[in-house]
Amino acid sequence: MKAFLVSLIALVVISVGANQLLVRVGPSSADAGTSVQNVRLSD
Amino acid sequence: MLRLMTLFALLWTLAAPVAAQDVIDTPRASTGGAQTLEDILRRQEGQVIDDGFRSDVTGNPDLAAPMTEQLGTLGGASDPDLWRAFRYSTADITTQNRGPASTTLVQDGGMWWLLFRKGPLLQMTAYLLGGTLLALALFYLIRGRIRIDGQKTGRTITRFKAFERFGHWLLASSFIILGLTGLTSLLGRKVLIPVFGHDAFSVLATGSKWVHNNVSWAFIVALVIIFVVWVAHNIPDRTDLNWLAKAGGLFGGSHPPAKKFNAGQKLIFWAVIILGGSISVTGVSLLFPFEFNMFGHTFSTLNSWGVPGWIGMPDLPYPLQPQEEMLYAQLWHAIVSLVLMSIIIAHIYLGSVGMEGAFDAMGKGEVEEQWAREHHSIWAEEVLKSEPSKSEAS
Repeated sequence: MKAFLVSLIALVVISVGANQLLVRVGPSSADAGTSVQNVRLSD
Repeated sequence: MLRLMTLFALLWTLAAPVAAQDVIDTPRASTGGAQTLEDILRRQEGQVIDDGFRSDVTGNPDLAAPMTEQLGTLGGASDPDLWRAFRYSTADITTQNRGPASTTLVQDGGMWWLLFRKGPLLQMTAYLLGGTLLALALFYLIRGRIRIDGQKTGRTITRFKAFERFGHWLLASSFIILGLTGLTSLLGRKVLIPVFGHDAFSVLATGSKWVHNNVSWAFIVALVIIFVVWVAHNIPDRTDLNWLAKAGGLFGGSHPPAKKFNAGQKLIFWAVIILGGSISVTGVSLLFPFEFNMFGHTFSTLNSWGVPGWIGMPDLPYPLQPQEEMLYAQLWHAIVSLVLMSIIIAHIYLGSVGMEGAFDAMGKGEVEEQWAREHHSIWAEEVLKSEPSKSEAS
């Protein structure tokens, strides 16, 4: 069952890694579509 | 006098159809062109109505009063015209928000989805998963555990290498986690909140969503791994027809010859790849809302081919608003997942309690030589020719 245990570790690593990567890259649709500025003078 | 009456009767007879024609041409004359009670009732019954009588009435710039006159700045559109344009997404809207759905101010595509999700989808879940478990229980009672018929040799041969088992278990563990967390989201309001209450479910749902969103990447990685390592062994061939004709020997007692994977396993492999792939694609579209709009384009293509008409259906809705794309993605994601769950439950049964010696293939990677000869005779012969079997004790 070594393969099973290794797969569980890989599952945790991939899940947490993907989450951290996405958080750092920041592809949030809400962030991408919202300006942090108070006034937008152009597109 | 008689002639006059005859003439009147003739004119009345001729005029009647014309009057009827007027009613047909303007069926909403009684409401001045607005929707009627019949329209409202039909809509409440979920029937499709032709909305053209109001969706097209969004003002006409050519009729705009000159700027020099009163109300000239309205540009030929009244307030109701403007709201109808919002309602049917034909208004030219500019917003500071650059999100793809931000210009949709009014959309009514969610009600049928909500009703379907609260009712038929939950029934489908219960029937599909409950029915599968019931069918397997009945199968177990009728057929019992599938035993190794011949004398066990005490020797084993390698069925799956470590990397193959790693890919399988990564896929299996991620799918089980995704299935449980997905069911938590799907059934939470109906099943879990009445049991645990809102506060406890809130914590559970938040954690469940985080796990579901992030474990999905492990599932996608595993899907790619098992496709790469097993696709060559899962190409259909002539032995599959014989295997299927004998139903894999489930009831006859005979063991039709099979290669590394028999026809049943090939069907499961392709179901996992195709359904799992579809679940992954819709899952990614749900993870990144409004970024991937697949259903509108698909519906448009199917309509152009006339596919809905083949089964007597009206054309599929097109174009879809961004929110509707997400609704269809959610439903597709849930329904395809439920179908795959049923298949996988049967797979888990046959790979564990349903068949003697089957679990060893994924547990240890080694299978009893006699088991291999019975269930995968062609593959067993090939392996035994190239490498000798090992003693079980070794």
